[in-house]
Amino acid sequence: MNVHEYQAKELLRSYGVPVPNGIAAFTVEEAVDAAEQLSGPIKVVKAQIHAGGRGKAGGVKLAKSQEEVKEYATELLGKTLVTHQTGPEGKVIQRLLVEEGCAIDKEYYLGIVLDRVTGRVVIMGSSEGGMDIEEVAEATPEKIIKEVVDPAVGLQAFQARKLAFAMGVPVKLVNKFVGMVTKLYTFFVDKDCSIAEINPLVTTKDGDVLALDAKLNFDSNALYRHPDVVALRDETEEDPREVEASKNDLNYIALDGNIGCLVNGAGLAMATMDIIKHFSGDPANFLDVGGGATKEKVTEAFKLILSDENVKGIFVNIFGGIMKCDVIAEGIVAATKEVGLELPLVVRLEGTNVDAGKQILKDSGLAITAATSMADGAEKIAALVK
Amino acid sequence: MSIWVNESTKVIIQGITGNQGMFHGEQMIDYGTNLVGGVTPGKGGTEVLGVPVFDTVAQAVEKTGANASIIYVPPAFAADAIMEAADANIALIICITEGIPVLDMVKVKRYLGGKPVRLIGPNCPGVITPGVAKLGIMPGYIHTPGHVGIVSRSGTLTYEAVHQLTTAGIGQSTAVGIGGDPVNGTDFIDTLQAFNEDPDTKAVIMLGEIGGTAEEEAAEWVKANMTKPVIGFIGGQTAPEGKRMGHAGAIISGGKGTAAEKIKTLRANGIEVAETPAIIGETLIRVIKEAGIYDECVTGSTVK
Repeated sequence: MNVHEYQAKELLRSYGVPVPNGIAAFTVEEAVDAAEQLSGPIKVVKAQIHAGGRGKAGGVKLAKSQEEVKEYATELLGKTLVTHQTGPEGKVIQRLLVEEGCAIDKEYYLGIVLDRVTGRVVIMGSSEGGMDIEEVAEATPEKIIKEVVDPAVGLQAFQARKLAFAMGVPVKLVNKFVGMVTKLYTFFVDKDCSIAEINPLVTTKDGDVLALDAKLNFDSNALYRHPDVVALRDETEEDPREVEASKNDLNYIALDGNIGCLVNGAGLAMATMDIIKHFSGDPANFLDVGGGATKEKVTEAFKLILSDENVKGIFVNIFGGIMKCDVIAEGIVAATKEVGLELPLVVRLEGTNVDAGKQILKDSGLAITAATSMADGAEKIAALVK
Repeated sequence: MSIWVNESTKVIIQGITGNQGMFHGEQMIDYGTNLVGGVTPGKGGTEVLGVPVFDTVAQAVEKTGANASIIYVPPAFAADAIMEAADANIALIICITEGIPVLDMVKVKRYLGGKPVRLIGPNCPGVITPGVAKLGIMPGYIHTPGHVGIVSRSGTLTYEAVHQLTTAGIGQSTAVGIGGDPVNGTDFIDTLQAFNEDPDTKAVIMLGEIGGTAEEEAAEWVKANMTKPVIGFIGGQTAPEGKRMGHAGAIISGGKGTAAEKIKTLRANGIEVAETPAIIGETLIRVIKEAGIYDECVTGSTVK
């Protein structure tokens, strides 16, 4: 789960990580009010959307006066911002963060992530702040310094010092930097983050170390123990169908194609998308109904697929293990009776109770194209939507 | 012969009195698995599925001599359950539970370090040695005993591959689901190594997916060490970047972990890769024919 920059900074501030003073604003008036409450000659007006690359796309403005704050807030609110992470359709700016500007001396990068190879949390730092860290990793991997944390003892001060000296943090600011890294690590572990990224982390001419930007991502499997984080969820930033799916405990990802897919198991669901593409079809979604799907859940899954206007046909690919084919078949019949079905539907059933499942579909009288295998089904649905 | 699961495997179920534990416990017994007990804290002294229930894993081990445990407890308690099994020196710990917080698994992995135990999973279908024992949630009847080993990050995709083999008359030695989470116990290399050392396994299928670099590392290991043919498949060739495809581990980030990259590395290391999931069995058969071991691998179909 992602949060906005202003929410991330509030969370970090509560853990003692130094961030610039700032106030969130949902309207132009609130932005102007916020600017009045803040001090310093320069205010930064930042668009709040769940995507990076805002600066380059014109979503971050430096205002030298109250008039300019008003001007920029008016310009940004309601505007669709297209960055390299939003996709071509962009995202509408509904929230702003107004912050005190600071006199930056130098920019650094600091990130905490999970390293899958070691199965441990790793702290990454670089002197190349403010840039796309993936580009730095590609071009100059030696400029990224890593410290792997032993979960039994947590991050040690010497590790943070090693990072600081290797990154070239000025000697007199090393202690402040160490404090910041340590607090960020504590936050990461306490709140079950999967990513905590400060880019840039800056040293200022006043001798401070500040998190100028903050990107946090939380482990969705751990949200049950962090209601404070769940409360920050902004559903308007997510695909509405994905929000609906998560309410029904379905794994759904919207894609650009026109063939709706309903599959059990994540691996088979991915493989189903692949084989559709192999037969020159184009999947409209990834959808894993899971192992314990009921008739009701299958019905919800069907509705979800049909709510996508691009869908011109549906492919159901089930390998029943624990999931029984007759249950799936009943769900398909119930769903089509409830929501109607005018689109081509190809069903491939295999596994537990397959004969009973096929019989239910046959007896229903529905116009269903049966497939004998995954490849057969993919080929048939690709031909039907052409 | 087989890997890790054989005739002497004595199994307990952690979470045996829950819905999942009861349902799959029954299926496991039906398949012929030697289930010797179960653990549910507070339910010690009772009996379910014809086996005794204990309060702790240590008690269960002491009374039954169990050497394997299968875990069906909810995600919030699963990490604790794995560590309890390890503390009781259970040699083979299989965790089916999906949705364990990743930082819990980071701790578990640290805790298991140096202990004489093997963890499979979490978020996996388990392990089956066809005709001998089933420690997991896979449909038993699609399997047939034989000589092809399977290792996979995905459950239903494994069933797909097994089904293709069985219908083509090719049996399996052991099928291992290592799970779809970013931090897990046994990995591809551990499993490939075990298959390499198992005299009864003649060839191996490795089913990978997007995310991480485990398949790439395994491919390099295969080239350097494996004496048996390995074929592969990588799911998620059409998955977009930044979207998590169901499994917590299946995500392409920063342009890394793409299917294209994995397929390229597998091929560069001499592993044949099935173009589509529909021809995994076909690809294996072609490769074992080329290797001249097809006749040894044919076991005849037991499934209609």
